[in-house]
Amino acid sequence: MLKVKNLKASIEGKEILKGINLEVKPGEVHAIMGPNGSGKSTLSAVLAGREEYTVDSGSVEFLGKNIFGSSPEERAREGLFLAFQYPIEIPGVSTTNFLRAAVNQVRAHRGLPKLDAVQFLKTMKEKMQIVDIDQALLKRSLNEGFSGGEKKRNEIFQMAMLEPKLSILDETDSGLDIDALKIVANGVNTLKSADNATIVITHYQRLLDFIIPDFVHVLYNGKIVKTGTKELAYELEERGYDWIKAEHANA
Amino acid sequence: MSKDAEILEEFTSKEYEHGWSVDFEADEAPKGLNEDIVRFISAKKNEPEWLLEFRLKAFRHWLTLEEPDWAAVNYPKINFQDIIYYSAPKKQKKLDSLDEVDPELIETFKKLGISIEEQKRMTGVAVDAVIDSVSVATTFKETLGELGIIFCSFSEAVKDHPELVKKYLGSVVPYTDNYYAALNSAVFSDGSFGYIPKGVHCPMELSTYFRINAANTGQFERTLIVAEPGSYVSYLEGCTAPQRDENQLHAAIVEIIVETDAEVKYSTVQNWYPGDKNGKGGIYNFVTKRGICNGDHAKLSWTQVETGSAVTWKYPSCILKGDYSVGEFYSVAVTNNYQQADTGTKMIHIGKGTKSRIVSKGISAGHSQNSYRGLVQVHKRAENVRNFSQCDSLLLGDKCGAHTFPYIEVDNSSAQVEHEATTSKIGEDQIFYCNQRGIDTEEAVALIVNGYAKEVLNKLPMEFAVEAQKLLALTLEGSVG
Repeated sequence: MLKVKNLKASIEGKEILKGINLEVKPGEVHAIMGPNGSGKSTLSAVLAGREEYTVDSGSVEFLGKNIFGSSPEERAREGLFLAFQYPIEIPGVSTTNFLRAAVNQVRAHRGLPKLDAVQFLKTMKEKMQIVDIDQALLKRSLNEGFSGGEKKRNEIFQMAMLEPKLSILDETDSGLDIDALKIVANGVNTLKSADNATIVITHYQRLLDFIIPDFVHVLYNGKIVKTGTKELAYELEERGYDWIKAEHANA
Repeated sequence: MSKDAEILEEFTSKEYEHGWSVDFEADEAPKGLNEDIVRFISAKKNEPEWLLEFRLKAFRHWLTLEEPDWAAVNYPKINFQDIIYYSAPKKQKKLDSLDEVDPELIETFKKLGISIEEQKRMTGVAVDAVIDSVSVATTFKETLGELGIIFCSFSEAVKDHPELVKKYLGSVVPYTDNYYAALNSAVFSDGSFGYIPKGVHCPMELSTYFRINAANTGQFERTLIVAEPGSYVSYLEGCTAPQRDENQLHAAIVEIIVETDAEVKYSTVQNWYPGDKNGKGGIYNFVTKRGICNGDHAKLSWTQVETGSAVTWKYPSCILKGDYSVGEFYSVAVTNNYQQADTGTKMIHIGKGTKSRIVSKGISAGHSQNSYRGLVQVHKRAENVRNFSQCDSLLLGDKCGAHTFPYIEVDNSSAQVEHEATTSKIGEDQIFYCNQRGIDTEEAVALIVNGYAKEVLNKLPMEFAVEAQKLLALTLEGSVG
């Protein structure tokens, strides 16, 4: 599904990603962990197509196609979803209207007819249960005045509505209390299937108690320096990142 | 039958078979403006003596005035002697099908969701008899007539209801008001007249669209609306379709009189030709719009969506004379490319307990300049006045400008006057967020802008609001990314 080969990327001349290799297959859950400033969010931004970042070398294939020729919206329509660490507020635009525009553009790309208002609301009602989100919230301006937990739940709700192939959750656990965390994780697990894949970017092991990863990668100083299973996450939780830093001081 | 009557008869019946209103080819006044021209216009329109006097006084006053230069707009000096001040409405060239119409215009119509029949009407293609706007208008007029509502062209009003016109003309916007008001008062061509009798709730939106003889009211339009005690009317001006006109200068006057317990809602969608991408051409729109809440508990509400014109100079205002009367101003002004808009409102609080609310949303893109200019004035004897003003500016790109000029004059210490202003940019973050959900940049901008302007768009009558939303998106097409 996703093949990242020796990806190097920089922002304003500063190299952040220094040769990332990563392969994600359908049905898999990958966790990417690492200390602050290691390049976790940059990786998700580059995959989603943020313009501020320059790709210096390497390649990324998504569903067998080179991703770098496509705009962010084309990648999204192909099935790449990014749950934002800091979801953006759009005043005056309800989540419902926003999603309706998104769902219909994605459907058009996939050769499906537009959903009419009734079908759309019906789909919304179904998906709302996945993350236990309140309909009143969806009528309000997108993310405006939402609590941290509401914003994150709203991200997963959008994911449910858009039915992506690959979802990247960028620190979705940050700022969540344990109940919200469970709800979000439960949403992600419900949406999991043999056809889609998830990359969970996180700082802490906590989320991985609820979303069980098949692989855990440690990103440090722009490179994946260690790959393991769930056990690696526990080790990191226990020992912190210092031993990784020490091992790769010259990386 | 006299010779004249015969000719008239021939023309009217001939025009009718094409489904168009009475129209006669007539001579033009020579270029320039002097007393003779004013007399010529008045004579052409067969006006009574008092109206000619009104025009002449206005003209003489105009001569003493200087063209105002305080607005934050720049344009080449207008040569007022190089303008033709009277030409009878010319017959629009008849076309057989939409294929003969400029394809770019048709494309715009499609994007706005304007029906085929409507497209034909606006481009002069012969219209199907069934939805012939003239017959629609006739039915419409009958319904209104039963309620005693008068809705006709200004010229008709002068002929049929001279006492009303004489009573109210210039009572809210005197010809001495400003340079363009004086000019309009001297040479106004035609316009609309609406009169709602006491206690009557006008059952439909009054729209110039449905008015017979609405075509080509000329560059100096004059509108007068009178709402008698306890009456209600919602009035729509303009349309979302792009309007082109060979006259570059437009100087209109709108006067509204709202009596005790009456309410008038006046909505405008203005989409005059804004000039090309490089700022060439385009209409100069210098309008004086003002209403008076004459009696207690009267309410006047202005809603405007301004997207067109090269230069806009416009301040729909409320004189809140009656106690507890209410004035509202809701505005979205969009400028793109090299457009310039200086627009806002005046709320003049004279009566006690009067309230006003101002919501202005400016959107600037390209190299355009967009200014809000507003005055909130509280008179000495106006106790317990309340005003709330919200002036927001949204910038797209970094070559445009947004400016706010709020003037507040309070002579009574019991007044509560609030002013809030914000300036924001459409963030790359917002666009990217939309993109990441599969929404392209064009639609993202449309979503964000419509969200931003929602509070104002919600004040428009439903079908107007839907078109206005599309219009906003269309005006800003290609301005980001």
